[in-house]
Amino acid sequence: MQEMTMIQAINNALRNALESDPGVLIFGEDVGHNGGVFRATDGLQQQFGEERVFDTPLAESGIVGTAIGMAVNGLKPIAEIQFMGFIYSAFEQIISHAARIRTRSQGSYTVPMVIRAPYGAGIRAPELHSDSSEAFFVHQPGLKVVVPSNPYDAKGLLLAAIEDPDPVLFLEPMKLYRAFKEPVPTEKYTVPLGKAKVMKEGTDISIFSWGAMLPAVRQAVQKAEQEMHIQAQIIDLRTLSPLDEETIIASVQKTGRAVVVHEAPKTAGVGSEIIAIINDKALFHLEAPVARIAGYDVPPPLFQLEDLYIPDADTIRAGIERTMKY
Amino acid sequence: MSKVLARKPAGPVFNLVDADGTADPQLLPPLTERQYIEMYRWMKISREFDRRAVMMQRKGQLGTYPSLEGQEAAQIGSAFALRKEDMMFPTYRENGAAMVHGLPIRQILHYWNGRADHFVKPEGVNVFPVAVPIATQVLHAVGYAMADKFKRQNRATLVYFGDGATSKGDFHEGMNFAGVFRVPVVLFCQNNQYAISVPYHRQTASETIAEKADAYGVESIRVDGNDVLAVYQATKNAVYKAYLGEGPTLIEAVTYRYNSHTTADDHTRYRSSTEVEKWRTGRDPILRFRRFLERQGLWNENQENLLAHEIQTLLDEEIKQMKQCGPSNPLHMFEYSYQDLPLKVEEQRNEFIARRKGGGIECRK
Repeated sequence: MQEMTMIQAINNALRNALESDPGVLIFGEDVGHNGGVFRATDGLQQQFGEERVFDTPLAESGIVGTAIGMAVNGLKPIAEIQFMGFIYSAFEQIISHAARIRTRSQGSYTVPMVIRAPYGAGIRAPELHSDSSEAFFVHQPGLKVVVPSNPYDAKGLLLAAIEDPDPVLFLEPMKLYRAFKEPVPTEKYTVPLGKAKVMKEGTDISIFSWGAMLPAVRQAVQKAEQEMHIQAQIIDLRTLSPLDEETIIASVQKTGRAVVVHEAPKTAGVGSEIIAIINDKALFHLEAPVARIAGYDVPPPLFQLEDLYIPDADTIRAGIERTMKY
Repeated sequence: MSKVLARKPAGPVFNLVDADGTADPQLLPPLTERQYIEMYRWMKISREFDRRAVMMQRKGQLGTYPSLEGQEAAQIGSAFALRKEDMMFPTYRENGAAMVHGLPIRQILHYWNGRADHFVKPEGVNVFPVAVPIATQVLHAVGYAMADKFKRQNRATLVYFGDGATSKGDFHEGMNFAGVFRVPVVLFCQNNQYAISVPYHRQTASETIAEKADAYGVESIRVDGNDVLAVYQATKNAVYKAYLGEGPTLIEAVTYRYNSHTTADDHTRYRSSTEVEKWRTGRDPILRFRRFLERQGLWNENQENLLAHEIQTLLDEEIKQMKQCGPSNPLHMFEYSYQDLPLKVEEQRNEFIARRKGGGIECRK
């Protein structure tokens, strides 16, 4: 065990993966000599050489497309897209190919690759660096989408993603990269994909969230519990595709009330899908409509206004209150 | 390299002024003394603006900032070759070029200060707003110029990008369209040797960027990007060619970024100080042009001091005005996603206003 930030835990996971599987390769823009703009790959090229950890030309479609070729040819590529906002030029490779080759070839070819991308607002980055566009990818069958919210999960989920036989988009909340430390085992372990985590037990309301929103959710819950004398259950979904429907439904069946919190724009966000699942499978357990606390339906603004765009603890608390008092 | 299929050697680099300021008077562009001095003035303003911006970022007054220092000749020389009515598509690093083409300094400061609401194009300023994805603007510029051709508008469009951008599909697609449709566009690459940490030789196996044009049937020129007059002349020729309906040109300006990619990057991790110093002391574009002006008898120490003072005063005032502007209006976040606000966004806006009442944030309309 070692105290690690999320970025250190990711670095440690990548090191474990490179050590244990000679077919693992890491590549992308600035991941080699520079060790990644956030230092996620720091020291890995020095340790494992330029054949296994290397800088590519500046070309996201090229990075993802060649990763697909490597994956179908038996390697385990881990491609880094420097910021999720730059993933769009690789969109076709992800949507039309990474996610479909298994179906297209009826299982003759598979694409066991991971695409890592920092994402989300809150670090005063320039335009487009702050997008939370997970919903674009969750909509695509054949692709898994994972978002950790703490160092322990980041490492375990990333190692599980690398072992996974399908393509996984691994989204890393930038705001949490260095937000706090926690004990993380230095040896290899996995946290299963597709399984949500109950972060806190409760009986009166379920709060569903992921990634960078969880610290704000915890603050909001603490306040709401004191003010309203309630017990809220906090669920970190961790994998957005496939969603852990069992945990979502079980929680709503227990509490009868729910709030979904995400940073991405509200319309057609993953929150809408969670509410649809609840409507399908737990409607008669509901005591109130499910509240959605989300970003506005506008592009994330430049940094002067970005904190006003991101849902904060007060907004979440107000959502909890509205749902409790319905 | 295979001896059977040998590669064509790279062409020469176009150069007019040597490092010591000497030049062949027969080859100089037909500029007035005043124009020479104006060019120099803008190079100095760009550098001083850039240094101030980096300092302001360090103090938290600006967000992440991409420095242009070292690239003044490439930016000013090329922008100077445009007429006011010609269109410019800059990247986030072309602060100097954008200023020359009419974008007010204060607006550039506001943008890096994280407020989009003051980055509105003034009437008659043909500078397109910067976007951060790489190479995407090449296609926009080609399309813009195609529209000019369609509308029989006799003007040129100039698009900037870096060496890293030439790795992206959009660059190649833009070049191809430009070639096929003989588009009145100037594709201006500032080859500053690094795409963040990745050096030129890792970006492409081509010896030059200029030679990439051959594959698309586009003419190209490789120019000394630290020689402002060579950059000016090469761009002027390309712009005239565009006016005459003779199609696109790719210009590769060979230059160097002195500082990190942005203030969030640390260039000492990937290159030596010796390399940086070699460019700074041996090939500095401003120093070279000053030596040229002095040799021509157009410049002296006294003028230099007066200019330094003028720039100081100018930037002090611009920065003061930027600071006095106060925080951004939060409601601007909702204003420009659509022309007519959809009902759901209007509701979100109203909720935002209601929630912020008494919250201490002034919502100025």
